[in-house]
Parts: sequence; C-alpha cells; structure tokens
Amino acid sequence: MSVQSVFPQLEQLLPRVSKPIQYVGGELGAVVKDWDSTTVRWALMYPDAYEVGLPNQGVQILYEVLNEQEDVLAERTYAIWPDLEALMKENGVPQFTVDAHRPVKAFDVLGLSFATELGYTNMLSALDLAGIPLDSAERGIDDPIVLAGGHASFNPEPIADFIDAAVLGDGEEAVLEITGIIREWKAEGCPGGRDELLLRLARTESIYVPRFYDVDYLPDGRIQRVVPNRPDVPFRVNKRTTMDLDAWPYPKKPLVPLAETVHERYAVEIFRGCTRGCRFCQAGMITRPVRERSITTVGQMIKEGLEYSGYSEVGLLSLSSADHSEIGDMCSGLAEQYADTNVSLSLPSTRVDAFNIDLAQELSRNGRRTGLTFAPEGGSERIRKVINKMVTEEDLIRTVVTAYTNGWRSVKLYFMCGLPTETDDDVLQIGRMAHEVIKAGRLATGTKDIKCTVSIGAFVPKPHTPFQWAAMERPEVIDNRLRMLKQEINSDRSLGRAIGYRYHDGEPSLIEGLLSRGDRRVGKVIRRAWDKGQRFDGWSEHFSYARWVDSAAEVLPEFGVDLDWFTTREREQLEVLPWDHLDSGLDKDWLWQDWMDSKSEFEQDDCRWTPCFDCGVCPSMDTEIQIGPTGKKLLPLTPVAGLRTPAAAHTH
Amino acid sequence: MGGQAPVVQRIRLRYAKRGPLRFTSHRDFARAFERALKRAGVPIAFSQGFTPHPKISYASAAPTGVGSEAEYLEIGLQTVVDAAQLRVALDAALSPGLDVLDAVVATEGGGSLADRIDASKWRIELPQVETQVAAEAVAAFLATEEVLVERMTKQGKREFDARNPVAFFTVTNESGAPSGANAAPCAIIDLVVRQVTPAVRPDDVMSGLRVVAGLEPPVPPRVTRLAQGSLTSQGEIVDPLDADREDATIGGR
Repeated sequence: MSVQSVFPQLEQLLPRVSKPIQYVGGELGAVVKDWDSTTVRWALMYPDAYEVGLPNQGVQILYEVLNEQEDVLAERTYAIWPDLEALMKENGVPQFTVDAHRPVKAFDVLGLSFATELGYTNMLSALDLAGIPLDSAERGIDDPIVLAGGHASFNPEPIADFIDAAVLGDGEEAVLEITGIIREWKAEGCPGGRDELLLRLARTESIYVPRFYDVDYLPDGRIQRVVPNRPDVPFRVNKRTTMDLDAWPYPKKPLVPLAETVHERYAVEIFRGCTRGCRFCQAGMITRPVRERSITTVGQMIKEGLEYSGYSEVGLLSLSSADHSEIGDMCSGLAEQYADTNVSLSLPSTRVDAFNIDLAQELSRNGRRTGLTFAPEGGSERIRKVINKMVTEEDLIRTVVTAYTNGWRSVKLYFMCGLPTETDDDVLQIGRMAHEVIKAGRLATGTKDIKCTVSIGAFVPKPHTPFQWAAMERPEVIDNRLRMLKQEINSDRSLGRAIGYRYHDGEPSLIEGLLSRGDRRVGKVIRRAWDKGQRFDGWSEHFSYARWVDSAAEVLPEFGVDLDWFTTREREQLEVLPWDHLDSGLDKDWLWQDWMDSKSEFEQDDCRWTPCFDCGVCPSMDTEIQIGPTGKKLLPLTPVAGLRTPAAAHTH
Repeated sequence: MGGQAPVVQRIRLRYAKRGPLRFTSHRDFARAFERALKRAGVPIAFSQGFTPHPKISYASAAPTGVGSEAEYLEIGLQTVVDAAQLRVALDAALSPGLDVLDAVVATEGGGSLADRIDASKWRIELPQVETQVAAEAVAAFLATEEVLVERMTKQGKREFDARNPVAFFTVTNESGAPSGANAAPCAIIDLVVRQVTPAVRPDDVMSGLRVVAGLEPPVPPRVTRLAQGSLTSQGEIVDPLDADREDATIGGR
C-alpha cells in the first residue's frame, strides 16, 4: 500500500508560519525514492529545529549510508516549531519527512539522534504529532520502531518508556545490521509481531531494548539492580565501534540546504575518539579508541565534497584536531591546494599550544583567516589538574601572545564553572588569567588593539566519565561565581575593556544534569514537563526552569527522590548507576580510580604517546588505536576549466 | 590578495521558483545561487576589496511563498562563456524547482535590467472561492477610485493606495487550479501591477478585495508571478531580455 504525501495539506499552512523553507526539503543531496520499490524504510530525526539539525553529521552520514542500499529508503524529519505544530494539530496534518513529506508513522523505523538530552521533549512532540503512542508499551504492529542513537543514548534510561530500542556508539554499521534484521523479519511475514522483532534486535547484544530489562530499587531510592526479564537477552549491551574510517568516507554527498542553518560548510571528520582524558568530556570517554582518517582520504573527501556542494568553507572536525598524526602535512597540503581560491579552511582549535597557531597560520594562507579558540576549561592550575587538562598558565599566555604577534587581534577562551572541588577562587582565577593575557599581549605587540573573549558555561556531569559520581553545583552558586568573575574582569577598567565576557546561566544546566544522569523515574518528569508545554529545551526563549522544577516536584516524591537527589548528590562507589548495564568499554574500576586521581589532582597521560593505562576499552571491545602517519602527502589539484554541464550527474 | 580579474561579459538570466521551493526567500536563493555558480564552474567575477563578493545583481524579487516564472538577475564573468551552456549548467546545479529558464548576453550600453522592468503580471489562485464571487469582488475593486490598505513595512505600519498601480485585473475563465491543489472550486485571477513605491504586491491587492468586497479566502491564495518587464500601451509585458536578444541578432552573433 503506497503512502501519500501530506504536502497538499501542509502547503496551506506554510504561508502562515515563520521560515516555511525549513519544511519543504529540496536540498541538494536529498533523496526521494519510490515507496513501493523499497522494503525497509527509515525516518531519521534530529530532534531540534531544522537550522540546527540539518548540518548534523551523524544524520547526514546515516541518511547516505542507508539510501545507498537499493531496497532501503531513508528520509529526514526535524522538530517543528510551535507555530506550525499548533496549525498541524488544528488541521490534522501529521509529523512528516521533509524529503517526500510522508507521514512518519508509515515508516518501519523512526531513528532519533540525540546529541544532547535537550531533544527529549521534542521527541515527544514528534511522536504526538505523528500519531505514534508516546509509551512504547502501547505501540502496535503499525507503529515504527522508535530507536535512539547519539551520545545521549549511552544512558537512555530517562527515555526508556518512550523508545523501543537504543544503539550505543557508531551508527554506520549498526543501521545496516538493523536494516538486515527488519528485512528478514518482514520477508518471513513479521512473525511474532513487534516483540519478536525487538527480541531479534536485542539478541545482537549491541542493541538495547529497555522493555526486556527490569529495574529494582532499594528503599532509599537507589537502584538495587537492572536485570533482563527474559532469559534470551544479554545482561550487558555493548557499544558499536566503526573501525577503519577510510572505508566509510561519508558524507560524500553532503546535504546542502536552501534555508540558513547554523553551519554552512563541508565538514570532514579527520578522526574519531580521543584519549586526552579530560575527565568532564563524555565524548572523549565513549568514543575511544582514536581512529584516524588518513591524509589522502581527507584530501579526497574535501575535493569531492566541495565540488558536489559548492560550499566555500571546510571544517576539519574531531575532538582535538591538532592531535592528528598527519595534521601538519594535512594543513599545509590543503593550504597549497586551495591557495588561489575563496575556500576558507578551519580547525576547531582547542589545544592550547603554539603548534595550533602554526596550523591556523598555514590554513589562512589564502587570506581567509578564521577565529582562534582555546579551551583551558579551568581557571586555576589546581582545577585544571582535577579535570586533567594539562595546560599551565605560562602555556596559555605564551600561546595567546603568539597568536597576537602573528596577527590575530582577538582570541576566544573557553571555560567551565561548577567543576568538582571548585571554589570561588578557581573561577576568579579566570579573570586574573585574562588580565595577564591582555597585559602580555599589549607588551608583545606594542598596541592596545587586542582582545580576548572569555566564554564560560556550567559543567554537567555525564555518564561513563570519571565525574559520573560527582555532585553538581547549585545554580545559585554558579550564577554567583559568574557574577563575581564579571566583577573581577572589570576590576581593572583598562584591561577589562579588552575582555569580552559570555556566560550561560546555571539553571538550564541543572536540568540537563537531571536528564543526563537520570533513571527511568526521570521519564515521568519529562512526560509531565512536556504535558505542561515544555519543548525546545536548547532554546532560552522556550526553556522554562520553573516548569521543570515543578514537574520534578510533582512526580518524584512518589519514588522518595527529588531533583537534588539526581543532580547535587555525590554518588558512592558501590551505587548501581542507571547505565551500568550499558557497556562503553570503560572499566568501572578504572573510572573510579580516575575519579579518585582527580580529587588528588593527579594527571593522566594520553595513551597514544605513553603506555596503555588500562581504561578497558580496547580489550573489551576488541578494538585498537588506529593512527598514522601514513607518510603520504597531498598532491596539487589540477584546476578544471570550463562549465560543468550535467552529463550523468545530478540525481535527486 | 591581488586585484580581481575584470568583468569581460555580463549575462542576464530568467529563472523560476516553482512548487514547494516558492517558499525560498530571496536570501535563501542568493546563497543557493552562489553555491550553484561554484558547482557549475562558472567563471564569476568578484568585486575588489578585502572580502570580494561575486558579481551578481538581482531585479526585484518575488515575496517568499509566491511562485515565479519570471525572476531576473545579471552576473559578471571573468571569461566569456556560451549563454545557452551556462543556462544548462546552472539549472543542473540548482535544486529542481529553482529552474534557470533563459540566458542572454547583455549588450553594452543597453541599459540595466531594472530600467526595463516597470510592471509585473501575477496569477492568483483562490481555492474554495467561487469564480462568480471573485469576479464580483474584482469588479467592485476596479469600480473604486482609491483602495486604501495597510501593511507592515520596514518603516512600520503604512497605509497606501492599492488601486492606482493596478493596470489589469480580471477573473479568468479557466476552470480548476493548474497547480493541482485542492479540488474545485477555485477562482483564478490575473493581475498586472505597475512598480511603484511602496511596492503594491498581490497580497495588498487581496487586502483591497477584502476592503471593498469583504472577500476572505478560506485558505491562503496561491500566487505566481507570470511575467516582469515593461508594460506596453496595449497592456502586454515585454520580457526585459528581448532587447539584448534583438541586439544580438542584429549584431549577427
């Protein structure tokens, strides 16, 4: 049975909403396939506004990987702004995909990529608009499998009631395996219905199906245990790791939107994983080991990606791009290749050392200079040891001064507030450091025309990190420290004028903390907050702290816990954590030791350059570090003259 | 950075915004067009200066949400190309629905595109409105000397006359919407409006129909710009590219 486009109905509503272009699709790279000639159909959702969701690499990669399969169809859907949501409800228009405007409910899978927990309420809105029951227990054979992925799915317990399954880790191979399981199950005539399909997924041992696990609680509210409620599913669910990034050079055909989005560039992931060991960084912990993409694959992807997309910006992405073993040759090679073009190349520069500036200098050879950002993360030497960010104050000042003397007039500095063991003084130290930076910069350049921007956000402890046991700081303490820091920066008027200050309030972070380290009981809070109208939690104009606090206060007492219990409470070593049955490969004992090391300000080196420190990932996941150098270089590009007219090109 | 290569050829294009992509705003189109130039390998010329911009100039753009068969722009090139090939290359480099329909080489001294555009022809489809009802509203509008309407502009709320710039306004006899929107009835109106300041757009004329005849379409009208150009005394609109084409023919290119 074919599926009708809802566009004729939607079209009537679009003139009445803001930025209608975000709902019409038609991007370069978009794929529309015939519904009936495919067997497995995915709706991929990034649960935030189109302008944020479209550039998301994860969704773009999976979209392309899936659509390359002949009998598979993948389309995209994004969170719908409240203006259109209201009109859709009024007129009975369901959640749709932007590619062919098909109703999301008609697909086999609704795959959601949760980069952060702030998309949870938007998932509920989408399910509701789609006509899919919010509770997975109420779904039937006609409903899609609601599948969560992305970093937040390393603890999907707060959304366990709403999703059918979760995948931890890299998605490229996982989506193909899931597709295979669904294809087979459908070919057999869907035996055993939805439950059988979920069971087949769970038996892979790397797809988590929450309904097959029961959580028992102790009288004091802590978790007693999480165990399978049937004999044929694993006790622990493993994360996925895609090895050999050269074999997965996606996106090849990046989606190029008509609407304005947050990133308009060809982004290439130059490596995945990070072993710097910053203790606050969930991404660094859960994506181990480091797997590099080789210099030649990166060069080829950029060449083809630019030709395909027409973009004039390239981002060399990873968790710490200057750490790529071939980064020097990569930057000079690319700078050479794009010297006479208007292409701007950029590196998200967070490493605080002069090498980073050399690289940025290389990349700006054609006159297109991009901003420099450094992330010392903590203001005092002491707190940087706590978080394992091995940067001294001299390093920072020397690095920034080098940037100034090389012609950068302004740099950005990133910090966090509310880190474990933090005192007021640790934060005030940021202000003093910024003063020193400006003083040294003025001295070295002989001009007052230099600036820096201090950007600071509240720390949120995340699962599968050494700080998973840590207490969060209260929002009022955070906000007070942020105020004191502002005063400290402005205590010297001359220096203060050269320092920009940007900060995020503590309140949204506390709620992010609740959602990050919550268990299944937090799902009730999410549901209540959504019922009260909560949506778009990542947007300050839509986020309501009071609504979340009220929802928690209404729902949690029944379980003998509260908002503080989930956020500002420090956990003990033996407490069962909600995500203990989900295996990121990190040895829990190692994480605890690293937490203890943190408190004693003991620093941990990087295993790429020093011996293995037994975090547990490689042996338990059967993976290994994959780094170069390959010794290869990027060759000059031969410019192609003349118009490119369509020969075989252009498939939409 | 050295100086930019000079402009050696100017090409004028007519393009369409069709179907769902009529919701492309002018800014959205401009970004997409710049990327299309790169994808198609067009030897576009750049402005001088610290941040060089591609040489593109647009004639007045249709409002977001309004379809168009007649949008115009001009580009400056640093190498001479074949206009027909350029049209094909650019059309292929843009999403379907943003379609490049025509390309001609601009003749020197022939005046700018803007000089050749003083009116637009619009088609307004009114689903769920009976032809007879629309015809009566149009007649009432035409019989009124001045129809004051209000619209928010960048300068705030403004009141202006929507009647005077209307040169031609009629309900056509075609039945059913060519766009294949909802089933009948659907009144179809053809409208020619002269370019004035502030611009009077189809939605202003629709406001005028509400003012004079209380016409309130139950669903949003679907509007398409059919032509832009200079209005002849016979009420025809002359394609602004014709002049370049004729010159080229005379010149024997």
